[in-house]
Amino acid sequence: MKVAKLSRLELTETEVDQFTGQLCAILEYVEKMNELDTADVDPLAHCLPIRNVLRADVPVESLGTQRVLANAPVRDEQFFRVPRILDEGSGA
Amino acid sequence: MEVLSLRALRDNIAAGRTTSVEAVRMVLERIGRIDTMVGAYISVFEEQALARAAEIDGRIAAGLPVGALAGAPVAVKDNMCTAFGATTCASRILKNFQAPYDATVVGRLSAADAVIVGKTNMDEFAMGSSTENSGLRRTVNPWDTGRVPGGSSGGSAAAVAAGLCAAALGSDTGGSIRQPAAFCGVVGLKPTYGRVSRYGLVAYGSSLDQIGPLTRTVEDAALLMNVIAGHDPSDSTSVCESMAPVSDYLADLDRPVEGLRIGVVSSLNAGADPAVVKALDEALAVYRPLGAELIEVELPHFDYAIAAYYVIATAEASSNLARYDGVHYGHRSKQAEDYVAVYSKSRAEALGQEVKRRIMLGTYALSSGYYDAYYLKALKVRNLIRTDLVSAFERCDCIIMPVAPTTAFNIGEKTDDPLQMYLSDIYTISANLAGIPGISIPCGFDGRGMPIGMQILSPAFSEDRLLRIARMYERQTQWHQRRPDMG
Repeated sequence: MKVAKLSRLELTETEVDQFTGQLCAILEYVEKMNELDTADVDPLAHCLPIRNVLRADVPVESLGTQRVLANAPVRDEQFFRVPRILDEGSGA
Repeated sequence: MEVLSLRALRDNIAAGRTTSVEAVRMVLERIGRIDTMVGAYISVFEEQALARAAEIDGRIAAGLPVGALAGAPVAVKDNMCTAFGATTCASRILKNFQAPYDATVVGRLSAADAVIVGKTNMDEFAMGSSTENSGLRRTVNPWDTGRVPGGSSGGSAAAVAAGLCAAALGSDTGGSIRQPAAFCGVVGLKPTYGRVSRYGLVAYGSSLDQIGPLTRTVEDAALLMNVIAGHDPSDSTSVCESMAPVSDYLADLDRPVEGLRIGVVSSLNAGADPAVVKALDEALAVYRPLGAELIEVELPHFDYAIAAYYVIATAEASSNLARYDGVHYGHRSKQAEDYVAVYSKSRAEALGQEVKRRIMLGTYALSSGYYDAYYLKALKVRNLIRTDLVSAFERCDCIIMPVAPTTAFNIGEKTDDPLQMYLSDIYTISANLAGIPGISIPCGFDGRGMPIGMQILSPAFSEDRLLRIARMYERQTQWHQRRPDMG
């Protein structure tokens, strides 16, 4: 349940039951990695020598508000619209 | 119906023996006739494709220059952005998403005068090994409609096998090009990580994802690589050509690799179905008279690849898929009262079961208190797996093994047991963890007439040699010429 909350997924009770069993089985399998002694092994997050790539600081044309908002499910002229985030009178 | 290779078709069009309009029309007619059964496509761009074909034909008729694909009809997996039509990732959350730009590979296809006829079905967000996780439609195997086409690029593989395009692009995070290629009896190449731009490819596992061709012949795969490979300033993980130059993959394709040393891991191969083992042994026997030497190699940590992969890929996925928030694009729940509910309800309503499972698994592996035990451990195991492969390639030019332990399984056979589905990825996953290229080519059929694939792995950035090694086999055999009988 905590993982579902962290994942921002509102699950039904049936889903919670089903996923709990399945995820436990998968985690149990994954623990097979503990058979290996990796104390002296470096973690490998990426296969290439990744560096920051910077382009020349030259302005280029951006998409523009209308194209950026074109797929928004709910919009308000030039904004994405969401429910209230801050309480009334919070001063923001 | 005679189904030409991409190479033959583009040669015919460029030489005026046929036209792009004729070729595109034939494919569209075939899609109209049999794709209700195959289910390879999510969208088809009939009018746009014919208009584009006519424009290319006009240039050829006027004697003007034409690109390397000369108006041949190709398909693109629906996780690559196109500024036309929808880009759905086979997810209900992106069902109506219209990308504002073309992925780099799509731009490169168009610049080479390919005609993009449609976008193909897949497992939702490329998560799956059978295309059964598509949230939008079902794809079947053209060789037996009761069986899966493999996945996640199942739509692309089925389209190529059934003659619904001349060639297609797929993406491969853990085998998603090679396994459906094997299940559908076509050629599938996963290039080295960084060889092909991922700009505009909807991200699943960013350190593993790579785009590559699905084709009817090895030569067609080389031709498509000539179009899509190369550095892209828009993808920071795309490799500079000064570090690893891009070859002309067609130039030396027919020149056999002299003194070829093939690595074989006998203990590993023995784990596959008898029909797969037999086909592989026979394939190795084809190489021997060509002067190849078989060398027994060991990959001691191979057995841990699935465990490491399903931690790393899901961790990356949980982060990548956080962008589906019901705010910027995609499905938004009508029931959400507050902003947290906008996220949790929108995602819960529109994401499929496998995607939810992987997001949760990845979230768990990255969460405080579990990070070291799962994610960090998996990265260390990943290093061991890559080191195994690097050491093995000191003794051989390539390693040959099965693509999958079985041929295409029945629809519904593994959907209730996700772990069983994951275990079928055993042979393909290591190439993604190590970032090396791998190709699947047809090498026989089982007793039920289902195609079998052989996988060849080679060191990073050696696609030119990998394709030559595959071509050596293809020239000696006729498996790739067999086509399913679809009427």
